[in-house]
Amino acid sequence: MRNEILSAIEKNSKIDVKELAVLLGKNEIEIVNEIAAMEAEGIICGYHTLINWEKTTREKVTALIEIRVTPQRGQGFDKIAERIYQYPEVSSVYLISGGYDLLATVDGKNLQDVSAFVSYKLSALESVLSVATHFILKKYKDHGTIFAQQHDDYREAIMP
Amino acid sequence: MRNPLSDKITTIKPSGIRKFFDLVLEMKDVISLGVGEPDFDTPWHIREEGIYSLEKGRTFYTSNSGLKELKVEISNYLKRKQNLDYNPSDEVLVTVGGSEAIDLAFRAMLNPDDEVLIPQPSYVSYFPCAILAGAKPVIINLKVENNFKLTAKEVLENITDKTKMLVLPFPNNPTGAIMNKKDLEEIAKVVIEKDLFVLSDEIYSELTYSGKHTSIAEIEGMQERTILINGFSKSYAMTGWRLGYACGSKEIISQMTKIHQFAIMCAPTTSQYAAVEALKNGDEDVEMMRNSYNQRRRFLVDAFKRMNLSCFEPFGAFYVFPCIKEFGLTSEEFATKFLQEEKVALIPGTAFGDCGEGFLRISYAYSLDTLKIAMERLERFIKKLRS
Repeated sequence: MRNEILSAIEKNSKIDVKELAVLLGKNEIEIVNEIAAMEAEGIICGYHTLINWEKTTREKVTALIEIRVTPQRGQGFDKIAERIYQYPEVSSVYLISGGYDLLATVDGKNLQDVSAFVSYKLSALESVLSVATHFILKKYKDHGTIFAQQHDDYREAIMP
Repeated sequence: MRNPLSDKITTIKPSGIRKFFDLVLEMKDVISLGVGEPDFDTPWHIREEGIYSLEKGRTFYTSNSGLKELKVEISNYLKRKQNLDYNPSDEVLVTVGGSEAIDLAFRAMLNPDDEVLIPQPSYVSYFPCAILAGAKPVIINLKVENNFKLTAKEVLENITDKTKMLVLPFPNNPTGAIMNKKDLEEIAKVVIEKDLFVLSDEIYSELTYSGKHTSIAEIEGMQERTILINGFSKSYAMTGWRLGYACGSKEIISQMTKIHQFAIMCAPTTSQYAAVEALKNGDEDVEMMRNSYNQRRRFLVDAFKRMNLSCFEPFGAFYVFPCIKEFGLTSEEFATKFLQEEKVALIPGTAFGDCGEGFLRISYAYSLDTLKIAMERLERFIKKLRS
């Protein structure tokens, strides 16, 4: 039941519980309880809105930053990851397998903003060996949602 | 000049849906719930295989009965899903949609004056195809009290010395009814006792919402009496690719292949390559679509309940079939009035047989948002009718 609820609200967190109960063929109260429990357990971590900022007037640039670090004795990568994710400019941090260690997403108003953050703050951290900054030029798809205009219904209006 | 037409074809009525279609076309901004095909695009990995096959220059005929690789996958699929054994080399025929397979089976198996039992409401092509094959269609009117299932009693009541075949259209378009194993066993008993054959149209087999679909061919002694028809249109959202298949005994399939060879040559090659991918790696897509349909189905059944509109709960395909007898309008009058006043297109139940009178077919192959708007309008409309 939890997985069914999660699959449904992952795509539509705005859905009301009454409707969700109908769609899943479950009891409303059960669903409310499950959701509350999953919030308490940290399974559901938030209800965000997916925004295509390119269509707004707000200036915003996002960069993906590959970071190579020296892990610290006894704490591995966790300590350095924490140093990085504490910055409000950083919207996500992942530990990555492969050619580098951490991948961070950094948001800023413009190129200078992000560059300043990377050179003065991120690179300056003691355990950071090197960074590679990739600015996002265009978002085609985010969180499973395609930003480009989707096609209309190509079907005939009536079909047996 | 002489009459250029055959008497047989001119006596066949055009599909009842056609008339309504023309009416809908004349209007603007209509929300249609009248389509019998998935709203999903064909999953990308399947489309991609079609594209690759074109890039690689696979643009030639395949063998008449279909690509060997595809027939093997069909055979594997039926083993996996229904535990049925069909030899891919001579018991599987790839056709241009399930519709062609229906036509071929009738033409390959029926003699003039043989009777074919056709339960209705059901898909529009059984009746005319039976006539084109020279046979005599005998209609069995399914009843809402039986949840539109076919009963052994109804079969027995309609059997004569000339009855040769029974059409079994489940999961059903337009009612959404399904037949479970026990229901099918009852039918199978009669079929075997009366020495009949079954054309089992299982095109909606992947879309059942109360457990796995059962084929009548799974019942002992039935596989050799059954022509199993299925395809890719509904389960993999591949209507436009026009690809289906028929499975049955070598004896029947070889004769069907003969007609197919002369009339069609082979099913579209691109579609066949895409279908191989669908069967190999498409199970998750099917499940995703089924879950989505199931949510919409629950939404509609709940909406009818709240409107107090009588509707049996359907467990298959993507249709609901509510009853509108309380309003004293015929299905066509109701559908036309609803279209004109609220700009929503539904299909009168009569398009699927006379016994569909008093019912409407609503397809839920539409997004929830569309269904919500349509149900608001339906509620407003029936409130007006009741007041």
